[in-house]
Amino acid sequence: MADPMRIRAQAAGDKTTVRVLMSHEMESGQRKDAAGKIVPAWHIQEVEAKLNGKSVMTAEWGASVSKNPFLQFNVKGAKAGDKIAVTWKDNKGDTRTDEATVS
Amino acid sequence: MRMTRALPLMVWAALGSMSAMAQKTAVQSIEEYRAMLQDGNPADLFEAKGEDLWKQKRGPKNTSLEKCDLGKGPGVVKGAFVELPRYFADTSKVQDLESRLLTCMETLQGLNATEIAKTPFGKGEQNNVTALATWIAAESKGMKFNLPQAHAQEKAFYEVGKRLFFQRAGPHDFSCSSCHGQDNTRIRLQDLPNLTKNPGDGVGFAAWPAYRVSNGQMWGMQQRLNDCYRQQRFPYPGFASDATVALGMYLGVNSKGSASVAPAIKR
Repeated sequence: MADPMRIRAQAAGDKTTVRVLMSHEMESGQRKDAAGKIVPAWHIQEVEAKLNGKSVMTAEWGASVSKNPFLQFNVKGAKAGDKIAVTWKDNKGDTRTDEATVS
Repeated sequence: MRMTRALPLMVWAALGSMSAMAQKTAVQSIEEYRAMLQDGNPADLFEAKGEDLWKQKRGPKNTSLEKCDLGKGPGVVKGAFVELPRYFADTSKVQDLESRLLTCMETLQGLNATEIAKTPFGKGEQNNVTALATWIAAESKGMKFNLPQAHAQEKAFYEVGKRLFFQRAGPHDFSCSSCHGQDNTRIRLQDLPNLTKNPGDGVGFAAWPAYRVSNGQMWGMQQRLNDCYRQQRFPYPGFASDATVALGMYLGVNSKGSASVAPAIKR
């Protein structure tokens, strides 16, 4: 089971800034281990953010995104108390969803 | 002939330094880069993990670490980090944060401290020690270092740490002070704090544990010291050994009054 994300969402007027920190190895599939064998790729492929259950952002990620990635985006029209949920899915089929409340 | 050749070179050198003055200095650019990283410091993830580990019942005795005495009484975490290393009466030893955690993990949880100390960094229980240290350090963020120096052992450790800091050895005839004994030096783009005096807020001893962006690893002070010794081509010091604690004591006492920024983020 993957470790939890840290999500912060701060509203300022009409604009809400969402900051997400994900815990993931993000192995590119290009590296070799001590024995010279390629370390298999293992990274997040899909990211989706929902505001009160409605999809507001989707992203397709690849091997070039860093380990423990940080994602920041803005949402229009979110109010304090609204729920922001972020889901990622990696190439091994593992997935994780975490939720935060807009403040 | 020699004069005329030298002259144009000097002019170029002067022009070069003038244009550099108009631009940002390397240090300023690095500061900007660090500020950009600061907002999403993955150390937060390790901090959360450490807090869970502190409260979680683990080990053969199935207990949490909530009764662990880090120097300010059992279970007191806030402010403990800025007063370590210090002398502990129950173990009759001067201990730093990581060696104290090993003691607690052994006495409270029944885990084998010797085994953990022998585990390489980044593996098994070592990851848990680092996460715990990250959370404990974070609980004292912004507080000022004030290591106790009342006990004779604490004074002795400071003196030993000082000796180790200046001891030159190894194939490169290096000491800690070779890199950390002067102001305004760096290795490539990394500033090297002068650790023989107070380096100031959030520098040197007041900046570890830290997350290293380049390798995606969380490092505690023990690993920082271990890697300094690797770079000096010394044999690796034992994890939580008296030598590393003594060095920590020297650096920590020198940092008196500096505000801690740990867990920090590094290149």
